[in-house]
Amino acid sequence: MSTNPRKRHGKYYVPQRVNQISPSGIRRFFDLLASIEGVISLGVGEPDFATPWHICEAAISSLEKGYTMYTSNSGMPELRQELSRYLKNSYNLEYDPDSELLITVGVSEALDLAMRATLEPGDEVIMPDPCYVSYKPCVVLAGGTPIMVLANEKTNFEISATDIEARVTSQTKAILIGYPANPTGAVMTREKLAEIAEVAWRHQLLVISDEIYAKLVYGVEHTCFATLPEMKESTILLGGFSKTYAMTGWRIGYAAAPREIIASMTKIHQYTMMCAPTMAQVAAIEALKSGEDSAAKMVEEYNRRRLIIVKGLNNIGLPCFEPRGAFYSFPSIKSTGMTSEEFAERLLVEEKVVVVPGSAFGQCGEGYVRCCYATSLADIEEALSRMKRFVAKHQTA
Amino acid sequence: MLKEILKILESDARITTKKISTMTGVSKDEVAKAIKQAEKDRTILKYKTVINWDKVEDEQVWALIGVKLTPQKDVGFDSIAERIYRFPQTRTVYLISGTYDLIVLVVCKTSHEIADFVSQKLAPIEGVQETVTQFLLKRYKEDGEIIEGREEVKRQPVTL
Repeated sequence: MSTNPRKRHGKYYVPQRVNQISPSGIRRFFDLLASIEGVISLGVGEPDFATPWHICEAAISSLEKGYTMYTSNSGMPELRQELSRYLKNSYNLEYDPDSELLITVGVSEALDLAMRATLEPGDEVIMPDPCYVSYKPCVVLAGGTPIMVLANEKTNFEISATDIEARVTSQTKAILIGYPANPTGAVMTREKLAEIAEVAWRHQLLVISDEIYAKLVYGVEHTCFATLPEMKESTILLGGFSKTYAMTGWRIGYAAAPREIIASMTKIHQYTMMCAPTMAQVAAIEALKSGEDSAAKMVEEYNRRRLIIVKGLNNIGLPCFEPRGAFYSFPSIKSTGMTSEEFAERLLVEEKVVVVPGSAFGQCGEGYVRCCYATSLADIEEALSRMKRFVAKHQTA
Repeated sequence: MLKEILKILESDARITTKKISTMTGVSKDEVAKAIKQAEKDRTILKYKTVINWDKVEDEQVWALIGVKLTPQKDVGFDSIAERIYRFPQTRTVYLISGTYDLIVLVVCKTSHEIADFVSQKLAPIEGVQETVTQFLLKRYKEDGEIIEGREEVKRQPVTL
């Protein structure tokens, strides 16, 4: 073929909607990381445990029996029934397995569906800053506008109902929250969530509550947003198996919501995903039926590491508020005078420890780094001693 | 509180009281006191290491011996069990249900030594009806630790 003078570059075909999403702020960091050996990583966002064996075994035996085909779009009936029972036992919430639950490819898909299934172009979605990295892009890709409400250390990284209400406009469609929180480890009390529920109720807002870390709480109780007065009818509850049962690679999660919303989400899901992976669904059934003990053991272990890392960070001069959930600590690095990206990069180069710059999670994350303690105690201790050397060298004040 | 301390110690006997104190929120002094007491009342029997002896050039032969007993008046199995567990060759002695009454783990240098132990020491004990010696061929898991084939799975160093 002769050369076409009107040849386009790939860039030409990428729409504005996608272009406007900034790529994850730590791309450069990844490249740097690949070139260094012997690093200890506190930069992960997943458990260090392998999936409990009884769960793997259930999936393996389902493969042997030939469960290798599509399931119903909304997920295997048995899984939806188990999930319904689980939500009833955990929160006393009644969700109809046939019309109010949808099994998804991780919470990531559920979040994307929730946005696409509910937003009109220009709808505003209020969310905390800092927050998990997908929240903003999912809203943008669905045609919505993210509105950030700042959450800082003074408020233990919880967002306040007053701040939310101040940002409500005629365009506001929803509030998107995720507690226990990634990256801060913050957990919101029932009282504070109830205040947000009142704002949602007053302005008829939808609440999307990402509760993937619900079972990873330490010494406090997790409040499921849908249990707040009048909230079940206007909440999309997102949950999953990845963090509780160490199943990140299985890609399996769910949404629980009023039937019209689940129907809308299912419509998109059936045309884009068909169904969640069958073997992951079988594994999820096993997790719900008998995973409680294995999950509890992991929580016990995370809690020990949490106490070690929080105390350690405070001792080496990186003040750290006590995170009560998930598996992240979020120390302030302000005393070094560096930006969080600079801190993370230099820590990697000078001491071979990986942390995630807080700025990757929003402007309020600047001045902090995320340190994950879902890693062995020996690694946590080694990382702390390397960080101690680093901080001592760079502390300005 | 004691249970929590014991669980931590069971997985790492070398951990310091200071670390246990941080992990449990119990003061260092109280942790130390609880451990002392547990040692004293033999809740903690001893501190030991789980070793993969196959890695060391040190010939050892392990045998699991099922023992059938005739129970004795008043004392049941306890006094015969004692005559058996007093032998230093026996590493573990359990009373069990099923075909045998005792299961005895014996560790010796050679299979010959085990044969001698069974024929000259164990079988002749009054009340021992029958013994079945089962030699250990391969260890897969020792005290909760998988011995071989435990591959380190690489996680992505950064995920958000």
